[in-house]
Amino acid sequence: MLKISADRLNDLFNRIASEQTLYIPVDHEPNTAEYRKYEDGMKLSESLNTVRSAKDFFFPQTENLAEFKVEGKNIEVKDIREESGDFVVFGVRACDARSFSILDKVFLSEPVDSFYKNRRDHGTIITMACTRPAETCFCTAFGIDPTTPEGDVAVFSDGKDYFFLDCTEKGKKFIESVSDMLEDGDTSELEAVREKTRGIMKKLPLAGLKTDSFGGDKLNELFNSPKWAELSESCLGCGTCTFVCPTCQCYDIRDFNTGNGIRRFRCWDSCMYSDFTKMAHGNPRISQLERFRQRFMHKLVYFPANNDGEFGCVGCGRCLSRCPVSMNIVKVMKTLEVK
Amino acid sequence: MNNDTLIPLIGVVTDIRQDTPDVKTFRVNALEGGKVFEHMPGQCAMLSIPGVGEGMFSITSSPTNKEFMEFSIKKCGCLTTWLHEMEVGQQITIRGPYGNYFPVETELKGKDLLFIAGGIGLAPLRSVINYVRDNRSNYGEVQIVYGSRSKDDLVDYQEIISEWQDDPNIQVNLTIDNPQEGWDGHVGFVPNYVKELNPSTNKTVLVCGPPIMIKFTLAGLKELGFTETQVYTTMELRMKCGVGKCGRCNIGHKYVCKDGPVFRFDQLDELPDEY
Repeated sequence: MLKISADRLNDLFNRIASEQTLYIPVDHEPNTAEYRKYEDGMKLSESLNTVRSAKDFFFPQTENLAEFKVEGKNIEVKDIREESGDFVVFGVRACDARSFSILDKVFLSEPVDSFYKNRRDHGTIITMACTRPAETCFCTAFGIDPTTPEGDVAVFSDGKDYFFLDCTEKGKKFIESVSDMLEDGDTSELEAVREKTRGIMKKLPLAGLKTDSFGGDKLNELFNSPKWAELSESCLGCGTCTFVCPTCQCYDIRDFNTGNGIRRFRCWDSCMYSDFTKMAHGNPRISQLERFRQRFMHKLVYFPANNDGEFGCVGCGRCLSRCPVSMNIVKVMKTLEVK
Repeated sequence: MNNDTLIPLIGVVTDIRQDTPDVKTFRVNALEGGKVFEHMPGQCAMLSIPGVGEGMFSITSSPTNKEFMEFSIKKCGCLTTWLHEMEVGQQITIRGPYGNYFPVETELKGKDLLFIAGGIGLAPLRSVINYVRDNRSNYGEVQIVYGSRSKDDLVDYQEIISEWQDDPNIQVNLTIDNPQEGWDGHVGFVPNYVKELNPSTNKTVLVCGPPIMIKFTLAGLKELGFTETQVYTTMELRMKCGVGKCGRCNIGHKYVCKDGPVFRFDQLDELPDEY
């Protein structure tokens, strides 16, 4: 496998950034890593993961869809789409990498969302195997191996070197483009690193989380569970869980008067909000119970029902660490679990 | 880049009809004339006035109408109030068609049909009724039961009395909630009227109206011996994208915009009761 030594990683970053836009996770405060556009000298974060997920690269928090010129009774539509530039996201974890294939099932199914596809076509995902999973991690419950992430290129580190494995055609092209900086490496220590990580995963508090009680065939029994009342009682409806979630993809479409025309944009929305389903004649999800239930039913029942059993959660643990009232999908699963 | 369904087309309002005190029917053409796109009965379109909002409306005209599309819209919110203030010549944005449709070319073919509508609920059914009238030989008996609060609230009243009631191949039964001067027709709620009419249980039923009317109508039909597999309805929930991606119009794992809006009651029965 081709590798680069850890002390030359920034040389590689400089090289990538000279050809296309590069994003890497950096620590702007301790333990609050965020993806940033790479500039010379930036240091790759050592945090396990970024506070916000990597979905922003393909499904940004807000984006413009079209512009309208309105004059009297006349309306002119302006298609403002532009081909995205090529970019590389380095250091995506296995959980977030899986979230892209979940988002693909939504945005790339017919009719294809051209806004999403444009970025997906131009982005190269370089993932990084986890070596120090955290207490909030439970990706293995959803069949993800954090030591073998998906992506266009998977990167493994044994502490001294970074090893590059191409997983797609795009990844192969990427490695070829920087191959003069890489050298053949001895991967003998890699397996030991992975084995050690797997050992840690097994000992993590959420390692035993079971998904057997969930899935597309459990629709009405889970929907009608009396336990939702108690589970949703503490929910503030703040939507933090949906915003940090790598697989939440609900959106709103709104218009904004720029003073020089109307701009139509879409932005992230949350099923946890009271106005999400509110209509002129009423609201089918009248209390936080219905909204709370919707979010978890979507990930654990509705999404698998429509996508060959695949769950809409990747076990990244962001909602566990960010919910202001410490409610999260793990508590929901454990409460609803049929023992 | 390929066309994206979220980027709308432009239509122009070429006629406005005041149907009831709070319902207007808008005729929409493409800028160059003709229709903006083709559709099937029961399908919907997203209409918008940029800067005001966008909303999903059922297309009330039949696809057999080759000249224009029509939308019957009740004034009840921000966007619909704006639409009601439009004048002829106003351009709007339009995208679609969205959703499935009443199975006029498959399951409904050759069947005796019973249409049951309440208030503005006639709008989506009118598309099917006129489609059936224009392909009359493909269907059996046709009966329409339609009711509203008052005579003035009957949508498409002119078309009903001048075309549907004159059509010897169609039975039309109208009703209003309370007695009214100048009305010598039936008085009473739609669900009760359906029971009084005691339609033959070999009919296939298409029902649309306020949720409470649908609920009691379905119960009444069951009393008469109809089964849920014989009854179709069309649903409406808040929508933004129209293509099953924005995530808000789902009932269980079905999106009303994409998997609906037309459902058979046995299909709805399998879904959670959240609509």
